Amino acid sequence: MSWTRKILRVNLTQGTCTPEPLNMQWANDYLGQRGLATKYLCEEIDPKCDPLSPENKMIMATGPLTGTMASTAGRYSVITKGPLTNAIACSNSGGFLGNEFKNAGWDMIIFEGKSPEPVYLWISNDQVELRSAAAIWGKSAWETDDILHQIHQDPQIRVACVGRTAETGCLYSGIINDKHRAAGRSGVGTVMASKNLKAVAVRGTLGVGNVRDFGKFMSAVNDAKKVLADNAVTGQGLPAYGTQVLMNVMNGVGGLPSYNMKNVGFEGAQNISGEAMHEPRASDGKANLTTNAACFGCTIACGRISTVDKTHFTIENKPQYWGASGGLEYESAWSLGADTGIDDLNTITFVNFLCNEDGFDPISYGCTVAAAMEMFEAGDLTLEDTGGIELRFGSSEAFVQATEALVSGQGFGKDLGLGSKRLCEKYGRPELSMQVKGLEFPAYDPRGLQGIGLNYATSNRGACHVRGYTVASEILGIPVKTEQTATEGKAELVKAFQDATALVDSAGLCLFTTFAWGMDNIAPQVDGACEGDWTVEKCLEVGERIWNLERQFNNDAGFTSNDDKLPRRMLEEAIKGGPTDGQVNRLGEMLPKYYEIRGWTDKGEITAETKARLSL
Amino acid sequence: MQKSLHIEAAKCTGCLQCELACSYEHTGAFNPSRSYIKVFNFHHEGRFAPYTCTQCDEAWCQRACPVDAISIDVRTGAKVISDSSCVGCKVCTIACPFGTVNYSQVTGKVVKCDLCGGDPECARACPTGAITYIDADWTGYSRMQKSAARSLPAAEASAS
Repeated sequence: MSWTRKILRVNLTQGTCTPEPLNMQWANDYLGQRGLATKYLCEEIDPKCDPLSPENKMIMATGPLTGTMASTAGRYSVITKGPLTNAIACSNSGGFLGNEFKNAGWDMIIFEGKSPEPVYLWISNDQVELRSAAAIWGKSAWETDDILHQIHQDPQIRVACVGRTAETGCLYSGIINDKHRAAGRSGVGTVMASKNLKAVAVRGTLGVGNVRDFGKFMSAVNDAKKVLADNAVTGQGLPAYGTQVLMNVMNGVGGLPSYNMKNVGFEGAQNISGEAMHEPRASDGKANLTTNAACFGCTIACGRISTVDKTHFTIENKPQYWGASGGLEYESAWSLGADTGIDDLNTITFVNFLCNEDGFDPISYGCTVAAAMEMFEAGDLTLEDTGGIELRFGSSEAFVQATEALVSGQGFGKDLGLGSKRLCEKYGRPELSMQVKGLEFPAYDPRGLQGIGLNYATSNRGACHVRGYTVASEILGIPVKTEQTATEGKAELVKAFQDATALVDSAGLCLFTTFAWGMDNIAPQVDGACEGDWTVEKCLEVGERIWNLERQFNNDAGFTSNDDKLPRRMLEEAIKGGPTDGQVNRLGEMLPKYYEIRGWTDKGEITAETKARLSL
Repeated sequence: MQKSLHIEAAKCTGCLQCELACSYEHTGAFNPSRSYIKVFNFHHEGRFAPYTCTQCDEAWCQRACPVDAISIDVRTGAKVISDSSCVGCKVCTIACPFGTVNYSQVTGKVVKCDLCGGDPECARACPTGAITYIDADWTGYSRMQKSAARSLPAAEASAS
């Protein structure tokens, strides 16, 4: 089993909390977390609804492995219709929240409606209630976490909450748990705040015990842990450098974009790399990196815990930032650093702290600032527009001022909260927004890596690397090396990664295991834990079904093949210099093939035949 | 040979695999809230510390128990609770200077580390070697070795 077979329905309009049995037929078809919650969402909301209206619902979901001893099995996801994209949104977080939900006895929580007053949900096993959020509304995510611990007088509760930017409508606000883990992308925090829901505080002590075949499960779990330990990426590279192991690698292969993706290659990459985080500072002799850290049950431990130099201008009179907290990962180091042209490790670590403190997506935020910087330098944005901020590439001072403006929710901060697509449209330069379906690009240039371009264009939640991480194959040779600048075979590669990832997410595992694990490592763990015959083939079929269900939601919401596209810069402005000199993304060579192998029409619609094959 | 749990906090990543393994061994479910070993997260310092019973030779808990429910497992030296004798009076939880004996609302008894009969599951599950089960006489061995290396002139230390 492993599912608790119980879901909690919270009607915020009426203030009711009602347990329901889990639909086990759907669990068999969609496994859990991302897949299963998407099924519930598709059955329960109108895909055309306004994402910030009470008609939208928000689901927090665990997977069947969440809370077990499988490595990395502590994850949960938030599934809703996203305000940045108007597409399906699914945002995944580690830390220690998912396992606490599961230990409290719940597979998922469905939030519907809108509370008349700010509230938070308190869960203590099967005792569940909505309480007034008067003491925490208007507070940062860090303060909210501290206050809820004080109120409940229990150091062992876990808190997921939104910060101030979600309350003031920033469209890429996330949900923070454990102070520095985040369901960060797609604006799921903005949806949560729109429902007047500030936080969920959980204490679960029931245990996760209903594993189908314990001997089989533990045997698969132990084998799989050994695979992680013996693999160079998951056993050595990620613990030592985190995902930041990629900064110098990507720069070296012509895949690291910079300056709002005008360029590929960043001259300051070394200064903001994983290696630089280990180097002692001149001022205090300490390195940026204090330690690596694991999420629940994770035997990789890629997390970064960092400090900012106390003498740095960003924090010199702010002791609240002098302690250690969640540090830079590759994506945030790129978006807050290379994309804005800033190579000061202290500045971007500090801005990353602020992203955690108030719960906004560092990828979307960095990209939005980068687009604003390009518009400022081109004269499309004036000092009057920015409230006096000299928003030039490479300026740490301007970046910190912009971040403070965003957190305030006032003036130019309001503009920055729109995300790059709406911001660039507002100031007349829509082509300068590096996004797909409204979601900003992550840290890999689609001109230098053809497959990742196709994945961005077709990703159901907009431009996203963790929907089909072809970087593994195109750069790292996992599971096999493909030529990064070739388009042949990329449609098949993207489909394979997208389907497998949907399954990994839906099990409750971390995608980073797949640097070492194949489906032949994952399926036996699911099979040992869950009822049903979870072969590799079934896992891949479920992954493909989930992908198509998400696509169907988007099509029903009004998306078409016209939305499976990349910005003009990626298609027409060739890379100048470096290992990928002269490259553009050749999406047109890959997209028709991708539709064909997915069993979709040339307009990107799912054919009746494909729906029948996947029992959609 | 008597063995001890040896905890090197600097190696801990806070993953809680030890708590999962301990709770499964003792309760039949993955349930960190019922683990006898706890990992503490000192967030602002970026440090983690696994902590559990050190199995004192002259154990405060054992001396305090009014019904002789705590005995010594002669194979391992562990102080173990007899559930059939324990009355849940909690005096041992007050006596223990380290807080590693605790009352369980679920069972109505006190609970503590019993070294799993000589093969501690926490040590088996720890992915980083932060928790090991080693010769009780030599829990300082690796630190002593490091200190010894530091005491050598630089050239000799690097050659060793």
